[in-house]
Amino acid sequence: MTMSRRALLVAGAGAGAGLLAACGSNNGRGGGSSGTQLSQWYHQYGEPGTQQAVQRYAAAYHRARVKVQWRPGNYDQQTAAALLTDSGPDVFEVNGPTLDQIQGGQVVDLSDLPAGVKDDFNPAVLTPKTHDGRIWGIPQVIDMQMLYYRKSLLKDAGVAPPTSLDALVDAARRLTGSKVKGLFLGNDGGAGVLGGTPLYAAGLQLVTEDGAVGFDDPAAARTLGKLHRLYADKSLLLGAPADWSDPSAFLQGLTAMQWTGLWALPQIEKELGDDFGVLPFPPDGSQGRPGVPVGAYGAAVSARSRHKDAAKDFVKWLWVERTDYQQDFALSYGFHIPARISLARKAARLRSGPAAEAVRLTTDHGYAQPLLWTPAAQVAYQDALSRIITGGASPERELRAVVRKVAGELERVKKKP
Amino acid sequence: MRRRRALWFWVFVGPFAAGLALFTYVPLLWSVGLSFFDAQNTVTPTHFVGLDNYTAMLEDDAFVDSLRTFLVFTAFIVPVTYLVSLALALMVNRVRRARAFFRSVFFLPAACSYVVAALVWKMSIFNGVRFGLANTVLGWSGGDPVAWLAGTRPPWYWLVIVTVRLWLQAGFYMILFLAGLQRIDPVLYEAAAVDGARPGWTVLRHITLPQLRATSVAVLLLLVINAFQAFDEFYNLLSDARGYPPYARPPLVYLYYTALGQGQNLGLGSAGAVILALIIAVVTLGQARWLRLGRTDADG
Repeated sequence: MTMSRRALLVAGAGAGAGLLAACGSNNGRGGGSSGTQLSQWYHQYGEPGTQQAVQRYAAAYHRARVKVQWRPGNYDQQTAAALLTDSGPDVFEVNGPTLDQIQGGQVVDLSDLPAGVKDDFNPAVLTPKTHDGRIWGIPQVIDMQMLYYRKSLLKDAGVAPPTSLDALVDAARRLTGSKVKGLFLGNDGGAGVLGGTPLYAAGLQLVTEDGAVGFDDPAAARTLGKLHRLYADKSLLLGAPADWSDPSAFLQGLTAMQWTGLWALPQIEKELGDDFGVLPFPPDGSQGRPGVPVGAYGAAVSARSRHKDAAKDFVKWLWVERTDYQQDFALSYGFHIPARISLARKAARLRSGPAAEAVRLTTDHGYAQPLLWTPAAQVAYQDALSRIITGGASPERELRAVVRKVAGELERVKKKP
Repeated sequence: MRRRRALWFWVFVGPFAAGLALFTYVPLLWSVGLSFFDAQNTVTPTHFVGLDNYTAMLEDDAFVDSLRTFLVFTAFIVPVTYLVSLALALMVNRVRRARAFFRSVFFLPAACSYVVAALVWKMSIFNGVRFGLANTVLGWSGGDPVAWLAGTRPPWYWLVIVTVRLWLQAGFYMILFLAGLQRIDPVLYEAAAVDGARPGWTVLRHITLPQLRATSVAVLLLLVINAFQAFDEFYNLLSDARGYPPYARPPLVYLYYTALGQGQNLGLGSAGAVILALIIAVVTLGQARWLRLGRTDADG
């Protein structure tokens, strides 16, 4: 049989289309002969072994094929952009979700997943993932930040571990020498990492329970003004090669005290033995209280997923049912507090020394950023804090502008359904 | 024959034209459309808000501040880069031996990524600890370490930002000036010498600079447009995982955080982008008119 060139072209195109369709069935979005395939995104963890661990969990799930994507770079921006498209993840971890993502219908309601064990999730991290009584993310692990101090340096300088903000300012000044600075709050002087912690330490909050601005109070300006004192005294380490999240500056002896996270504890313990202690952010004023910021990456499901139910099933399996994996993820690679109260209690590594103290601080003084605190409010507040700390701007004037901006943001989000 | 030629034209040009339309013009028009809608966390908004986003952007102190930052940066970087690259070109042009070597040495930084250069400046040369390169040099004369990027009084961060860009782009503009210098007819210099003009400032002023006029106009236009688009070195020098400080925040960095950060306010960000594009267009047209771009001396 002979074949015309046109017929050959049509046959070739058909074969090509078939081949492409076959490739397309393995595109991570499901629909192929091998059953549902889910795409799961994680941000890049620094601790070795974490990536292999989550791949192992995914491989152990048999009701769908789960393809893990490990995404370095600006993860929050990547996921925020991906949620606008159909090519984003089905399941993803998120430092949120934000209120705008929830109100914009970008994430799926997961309220039914923790049924029966909801009370076992630490309320400090479950509450910011709850809006209008519905749960939009399942907390994976708890991260917290605290103040690390070098016992020997404080002892040599005759300085006691600070228990008030005034004492912290004084200690940082006295610990500062030609080679060592008193305190490291990040290369921007603390504007980025401290966030609402100083306000909390002054007895205030970012947003009140009834959704109003929580720091329209003279105490806020007083407390933030003291942060400028640290900068003006030249007690702060600035421009370190590694920023606040890395304990290098503390370990290299560039600073006597550093604000960083629980994740740094194993490394600090390994390098310094018992020559360090941990503290909460100290209280300020008569209404003040110690403050420990806590946060949690949570698992969420994209509303654009074509397999929402399968994705929810997987999230339930991994972050509600498989407590062994949750425990492993929290403590075998990095160093986190499991989001489940029962698991945190059982964890041997959290029962002694500074780790146990960190758990106590989280329980007694932990506070989380409220869901109503929008990214726009955060930027306005952080800008003001930066101008106060490094520029010496008037805290009263700066806070007046922030209060106006935050009130506008709260009004905006309350209008939405 | 003509049809065949047209076919080949579209075979070669078509994919690029389609790419340009798909990845440049469609997003551009979409962005202009978004700027008239409440597009919070969506690219397919339904709530038309007219010029509200434009009003909000122009009333936003942070955006206006970012425009001021840009003006300061431009006022500094454009003349400095112009003078440095011209001086390098004049120097390399006069070298008798190893001209290619010097040309390559000065051009090489242009091949370096802005991100890499910014990180080297930030983490190695201008970090704020006593063992940073700049602080070590300061230490030799008994000076205290300077927090180059974290202090606003005095604003040392400008030194870091300007030097990294200067290092990266002076070599590129040097090449443009070199090309211009090599097109100047040597007869002009010989005639000047015969008329008694001594090599140096007089020759530079009356022969070299006028002959480089066309190159200078192109260089100045490119420098201003590049300054408007400043993003990489600012972002990599000053941002951290928690955000970006309010000082030295150029418009593109601000718009990046507004539209693509967690804020995801694509309507507001698009309005800012349109405003910025209009400013660039007006400034570029004004500059071209002022520099009499495209006119010959005969046009008057």
